[in-house]
Amino acid sequence: MPGQSVVKVNTLCKRYGKVKSVDGISFEVYQGEIFGMVGPNGAGKTTTIECIESLRRPDAGEVEVLGLDPVKDHKQLCERIGVQLQESSLPDRLHVDEALDLFSSFYRKSINWQELLLDLGLQEKARNAYVNLSGGQKQRLFIALALVNDPEIVFFDELTTGLDPQARRTMWELVHRIRDKGKTVFLTTHFMEEAERLCDRVAIIDCGKLIALDTPENLIRDLKEGQRIIFTLQDNVDPAQFHRIKYAESVAVSSDRITISGSSDHLISEVVNFLTGNGIHFRDLRTEQPSLEDVFLKLTGHQVRN
Amino acid sequence: MKKFSKLAVTEFRLFLREPEAAFFTFIFPILMLFIFGSIYGNRQTEFFSGYGSVDASVPAYIAMIIATTGLLSISITVAMYRERGVLKRYRTTPLSSSSVMISQILVGFIMTLIGAVILIITAKLLYNLRFGGNVIDVAIAFILSSSSFFALGFLLAGIAPTARSANVIGMAIYFPNLFLSGATFPKQVFPAALDKISHFIPLRYVVEVMQGMWFGHNWSQHHRDVVILLVILVISVIISALTFRWE
Ligand SMILES: Nc1ncnc2c1ncn2[C@@H]1O[C@H](COP(=O)(O)OP(=O)(O)OP(=O)(O)O)[C@@H](O)[C@H]1O
Ligand SMILES: [Mg+2]
Repeated sequence: MPGQSVVKVNTLCKRYGKVKSVDGISFEVYQGEIFGMVGPNGAGKTTTIECIESLRRPDAGEVEVLGLDPVKDHKQLCERIGVQLQESSLPDRLHVDEALDLFSSFYRKSINWQELLLDLGLQEKARNAYVNLSGGQKQRLFIALALVNDPEIVFFDELTTGLDPQARRTMWELVHRIRDKGKTVFLTTHFMEEAERLCDRVAIIDCGKLIALDTPENLIRDLKEGQRIIFTLQDNVDPAQFHRIKYAESVAVSSDRITISGSSDHLISEVVNFLTGNGIHFRDLRTEQPSLEDVFLKLTGHQVRN
Repeated sequence: MKKFSKLAVTEFRLFLREPEAAFFTFIFPILMLFIFGSIYGNRQTEFFSGYGSVDASVPAYIAMIIATTGLLSISITVAMYRERGVLKRYRTTPLSSSSVMISQILVGFIMTLIGAVILIITAKLLYNLRFGGNVIDVAIAFILSSSSFFALGFLLAGIAPTARSANVIGMAIYFPNLFLSGATFPKQVFPAALDKISHFIPLRYVVEVMQGMWFGHNWSQHHRDVVILLVILVISVIISALTFRWE
């Protein structure tokens, strides 16, 4: 049961010269969800999110955020949302604690930023100048700044770009904690895995258009591609016989690597039984579930990153 | 008000952490004073209508500090904040563009004032600086001149496409203003042709009104300076309001 809708976007269009950066996108975001937007470079993610954040003025279409019009109610809206931009910076010699203190003062309502320092692992860097922070530390500072006003919706444009795998996981936990406090999270990412693990619903964007929008599970289920079982043959055997395996829907051969796909959960045991039963030697057997990456490939005909 | 005062205090700190800016505002004018003071001293001469070289230089150097703050400090800071996305980050908060501008102006004003006071005290102690005007008039001339040149700085930041170009344009305007206005070399030594050119140099009018008020002239002798500075102020404010960009 979805909550109330907090972001409504209806046939949003934005063009720069001849480029239609956003070409008629419509969707809604519900209160309390983690909403993700994925798509390749230049797909229009930043343009879309910045129209919602009242940083850019749409050419056409309607946007409503928390019942407000981002173009007309800029100030009121800014009080209630938190924003981490894909690209921005702070004055070089501004210290971390001063930045948090400064940004807290911009809002009518703000939370104790000391806790944010702890939450984001920045307490040891509190007295450091912005220019002396590492890329990941700057990113964490911007995430902290996005939270100082205790916002109702938090926007993260490229949440984990520039973070190491450890920090990325910490960030995922943080996003869950933010949501557990009843806030809505709207994020964009290049990482399909991140969208799949983190988001309740994912919008797939390509060339300024919304291609699909659903929960990661549904998107993957709709792909109707079962799991894949991949292994390497050690002997010279005729791969044609693998078609006889029960539940095997397709068999792909590339030199000695065999990929067998099928949607039944019993496929794996059938494959292993067949191989051992016929005395076929194999190694490196693994299974692959279809992922959002596959959904994207199927829907757009190209990889997210080329 | 809370957001504005915090921003102003922050900008104040940042200015003091910027060694180049602090040098040109606080130290450089004193170095000039030492150099020219040691050459010419401060004896009264007919050349400066009864005042000494230092007496004439101090208001002129104050004009120089005003130009440094407006044409270099403010314009470059604002253009750089814009280019690097600092202003865009501010834009995501309820902060208004006027808070951003006024905090820059206020900090520029305080820094310029501190630079001027340091200069005046040093000149008084070392060269027995003379003052023939009244403080209110000098303060009015100072505020008018600062406002005009700071607005000019915002205009520069507004029309410059990048931080680098703001830097280049700022320098290209700053140096002629410095040397052709009488701020560094007294215009009494200018040949006639140079004197003509200097009428197109905005800082000339700052130097004239500052020196005039310092020497105790009547405002009626400086109508032209006041009008020109007001025109610069109004035009610059209008253009910089129209060209203000967050990104
Ligand atoms: N201010 C602008 N001026 C001109 N073109 C722009 C501007 N902003 C975006 N574009 C163009 O719009 C298109 C979409 O850009 P956008 O930044 O929204 O993509 P994105 O999905 O966020 O990409 P990335 O993953 O690289 O961040 C691009 O082709 C880009 O060149
Ligand atoms: Mg982007």
